[in-house]
Amino acid sequence: MMEVCNCIEPQWPADELLMKYQYISDFFIAVAYFSIPLELIYFVKKSAVFPYRWVLVQFGAFIVLCGATHLINLWTFTTHSRTVALVMTTAKVLTAVVSCATALMLVHIIPDLLSVKTRELFLKNKAAELDREMGLIRTQEETGRHVRMLTHEIRSTLDRHTILKTTLVELGRTLALEECALWMPTRTGLELQLSYTLRQQHPVEYTVPIQLPVINQVFGTSRAVKISPNSPVARLRPVSGKYLLGEVVAVRVPLLHLSNFQINDWPELSTKRYALMVLMLPSDSARQWHVHELELVEVVADQVAVALSHAAILEESMRARDLLMEQNVALDIARREAETAIRARNDFLAVMNHEMRTPMHAIIALSSLLQETELTPEQRLMVETVLKSSSLLATLMNDVLDLSRLEDGSLQLELGTFNLHTLFREVLNLIKPIAVVKKLPITLNLAPDLPEFVVGDEKRLMQIILNIVGNAVKFSKQGSISVTALVTKSDNRAPPDFFVVPTGSHFYLRVKVKDLGAGINPQDIPKLFTKFAQTQSLATRSSGGSGLGLAISKRFVNLMEGNIWIESEGVGKGCTAIFDVKLGISNESKQSGIPKVPANPQHVNFAGLKVLVMDENGVSRMVTKGLLVHLGCEVATVSSSEECLRVVSHEHRVVFMDVCTPGVENYQIALRIHEKFTKRHQRPLLVALTGNTDKSTKERCMSFGLDGVLLKPVSLDNMRNVLSDLLEHRVLYEAM
Amino acid sequence: MNTVVAKLQRQFQDYLVSLYQQGFLDNQFTELRKLQDEGTPDFVAEVVSLFFDDCSKLINSMSRSLERPENVDFKQVDSGVHQLKGSSSSVGARRVKNVCISFKECCDVQNREGCLRCLQQVDYEYKMLKTKLQDLFNLEKQIVQAGGAIPQVNIN
Repeated sequence: MMEVCNCIEPQWPADELLMKYQYISDFFIAVAYFSIPLELIYFVKKSAVFPYRWVLVQFGAFIVLCGATHLINLWTFTTHSRTVALVMTTAKVLTAVVSCATALMLVHIIPDLLSVKTRELFLKNKAAELDREMGLIRTQEETGRHVRMLTHEIRSTLDRHTILKTTLVELGRTLALEECALWMPTRTGLELQLSYTLRQQHPVEYTVPIQLPVINQVFGTSRAVKISPNSPVARLRPVSGKYLLGEVVAVRVPLLHLSNFQINDWPELSTKRYALMVLMLPSDSARQWHVHELELVEVVADQVAVALSHAAILEESMRARDLLMEQNVALDIARREAETAIRARNDFLAVMNHEMRTPMHAIIALSSLLQETELTPEQRLMVETVLKSSSLLATLMNDVLDLSRLEDGSLQLELGTFNLHTLFREVLNLIKPIAVVKKLPITLNLAPDLPEFVVGDEKRLMQIILNIVGNAVKFSKQGSISVTALVTKSDNRAPPDFFVVPTGSHFYLRVKVKDLGAGINPQDIPKLFTKFAQTQSLATRSSGGSGLGLAISKRFVNLMEGNIWIESEGVGKGCTAIFDVKLGISNESKQSGIPKVPANPQHVNFAGLKVLVMDENGVSRMVTKGLLVHLGCEVATVSSSEECLRVVSHEHRVVFMDVCTPGVENYQIALRIHEKFTKRHQRPLLVALTGNTDKSTKERCMSFGLDGVLLKPVSLDNMRNVLSDLLEHRVLYEAM
Repeated sequence: MNTVVAKLQRQFQDYLVSLYQQGFLDNQFTELRKLQDEGTPDFVAEVVSLFFDDCSKLINSMSRSLERPENVDFKQVDSGVHQLKGSSSSVGARRVKNVCISFKECCDVQNREGCLRCLQQVDYEYKMLKTKLQDLFNLEKQIVQAGGAIPQVNIN
C-alpha cells in the first residue's frame, strides 16, 4: 500500500530495477540465513566438544527466523493476501523476540568466549616454553653423558699423551668444535708451547710467552673464559679474511706434581703450573657458547688435571720400582760376591792352617815320643817345654782361623760338660814353664763355692784364661801373679752397663788376674781390645805377640754372654784383668775326658772299691792310701810281697804294688797272684807304681802280667782317670 | 773378725808361696793338700810327721853305716837313700829329694866323703823343712780357730 508521505524528496514511483535487486538480495540473504545454521550444526556435530549448545540453538532459531522473514518478504513485493501479511507479522515478531533474547544472551557469552581464546594463547605459550626447556634438558643430559664418557676415556689410560689426545678428541666430538688445542708450559716456565691440537696432525712448534694478559686472565680463574679469537693462543691457523671466526673459550688445566701432594695438605693453588686448553667453535656457525657447555669444559679440565696427576704418580712409582729392582739385583750380586770372597778366604785360611798345622803336629808327636824315651831330668824338662810351647802355638794358629770366623758371626760355642777346677790347673801348668823361667810365682785361688762340673765351651774358655794369664806373665818383669776364680753375685762391682742376673741352672764365673808388672796407662785401656793394636812402650815391645789375643778373648767372652775389662792404676803399677762369663751348672758329676757313658756305672764312682796297696816305703804307702781313700776306695795296705800274697783276696779289685826298689822280686808277686787266681774275673787288677816309665819297665810289667803302670808320684786326677779307665777296659798302659 | 781371717789367710798364702818359691816344696805337696778333706783333716800333718820320723830313722842308720871309713856298707846306704828319695818325692820335699839324687850318685861311685856331705845336707834340709812346715801348720790352726777356711792355693 502506498501512502502519501511528507518527505522533502518528491515521491518516487516504484522502480522495477531496484525492486528486482531487492528481491534477489532478499532471496540470497534468506538462503544464507538458512545455510549458516546448517553449517553450524554440521561442524558442531563434527567436533566433540562444544559447551554452548543452547546458545547455538538460540542462535540458530534467530537466524532461521531472520531467514524466514526475509523469505516471506519476497511475497510482499507484490500484492499479497492478508494471510501472508499475518505470517509475515508473526515471523517478524518471533524474530524480534528471539533476536532480543539472543542479544541478551550474547552479553553473557561473549566474554566467556573471549577468555577461552586468551587461555588458549596462554597454553600455547606455555607449551612452547616447555618444549624449549625439554630441548635444554636433553642437551644437558647428553653433555653429561659425554662428560662421563670422556672422563671414562681419560681415566681409562695412565699414559699422559693418550689422556690429552683423548680429551681433545672427545671434546671436539661432544661440542662439535672446529679446533681444540692444548698449550703446555715449557721447562723454563716462561712460555707456553702448543703441544696438542685436534685437527692439525703435526702442530707447528709454536710458543707464546706466559705473561700475556689474556693468559693471566684465564689462569686467574678456574672457570672457562671466553677470549677473543684474535688472541695469540687462539690463532692456530692462518687467518683468511672470509671466515667469521667462531667464539673461543679457554680454560686452565692444573698440572699437579707429586711434590704437591703432602699427606694432610692438599696442594695450594698458588704454586701451581697450568696448561691452557683453547676451544673454538666452528666459524660461520653463529653458534654461541652456552653455559652448560662452559660447565662441561670446566669439568673436563678438572678431570684431565686429576688424570694427569695420576699418570704422573704412576710414572714416579714405576720409576721408583724399576730403580729398586735394579738396586736389588746389584745388592744380590754384591752379596753373592761377598759370600764368595768369605768362602774363598775361609778356604784359604783352612788350607794355610792345615799347612801350618802339619809340621806343628809333627813337632808335637815327635816330642811326645821323645818324652817316652829315657831322658835326663834337664832333657825331660826341655822336651816338656817344647811340647807345651808347641801346643800353645797350635792354639795360637787356631786363633787366626777363629778370629775370622768370629767376625763373620759363623762361630758357635761348642758346649760340653767339663771340670772347671781342672781347667784352671791345666792353664797354670801350661804357663808354668814360662813363669818359672821369669821367676814369677803364680797363685790360683778357687772360691769354695765354685762349681766343679760346669757346662760351657771348654776349649774357648781355656783360650781366654790362657790369653789373659799369658799376658800377665808376658808383661810382668817381677812380682807375683794371682788368678782368682769365683761365682759373681749381682751386687759385685761390674761396669755400669752390664747387669748380672743369675738364672736357674746358670751362674756367672768371674776370673780376676792381677799382676804387678808393667801396668797400663788408663787412657790406653779402650784400645786394648782392638785387634792388632799394641800399646806398650818400646821397652816392653820385645815381648812380641800379634795383638790378637785380647780381641779374640773379648769376642769369646761376648759369645758367652759376658763382659771383660781391665783395670790399671797406671804405668808400672800392675794391672788387673777381669772377665765374667756365663756357664751352666752340670747336674751329673761326669768325669772329664770320658766321652762315652761308662758301661758299668759302678766304675765312675769308686765308693767302696776294695783295693790293696803294697809299698815298702811307709811314707809312700801312706800317701798312696790317702789318695785312694780320698777317691772313696776301701784301702788295705801291706808292706811286703809275702804279706800281700797272704792278704790278697778276690774281693780286692785292684792291687797297687810299688816296684821302685831295684830287683826283680817285686814282679814275682804279680806271677804269684796270677797263679792264685786262675779265673780271670776273680783276679784283681795289678798296677805297678814305679819311679821311671821307660820302655824296659813297661815291657817288664807287661811280661809279668801286670795290667798297668803308674808313675810315682801319682796326682789325684791321674789316679782317678787311671782307675776308671782301668776298671772299664781292664788294661792300662797309657797312664804315664 | 773377717779382716783378721783375711789377714791370716793372706799370711798363710804368702808363706806357702814362699816355700814353693824357695824350692822347699813342689807339686806333690799340692797333691797332698788336695787329699785333705773333712774326713781326713790332718792327713798332710800326719804324712809329713811320718816322713820326718822316717827321715830321722834313715839318717841315723845311714850315718851309722858311713861311720867307719873302712867298713862302709854302700848297699845299705844305697837302700836308705833310695827309701829317702821315695819318701821325699811322695811328700813333695823337693830340696830333700834333690839332695838324695846327688847322694845316690855319690853312693854309686862309693864316695864316702861325698856321702857324708850329702848326709849332712839331708839332715839340715829335712830339719829346716820340718820347722817351716810346723810354722805353716800353726798358721792353719790359727785360721781354723778364727773361723776361716784354709784357702786352696795351687802353685806352679
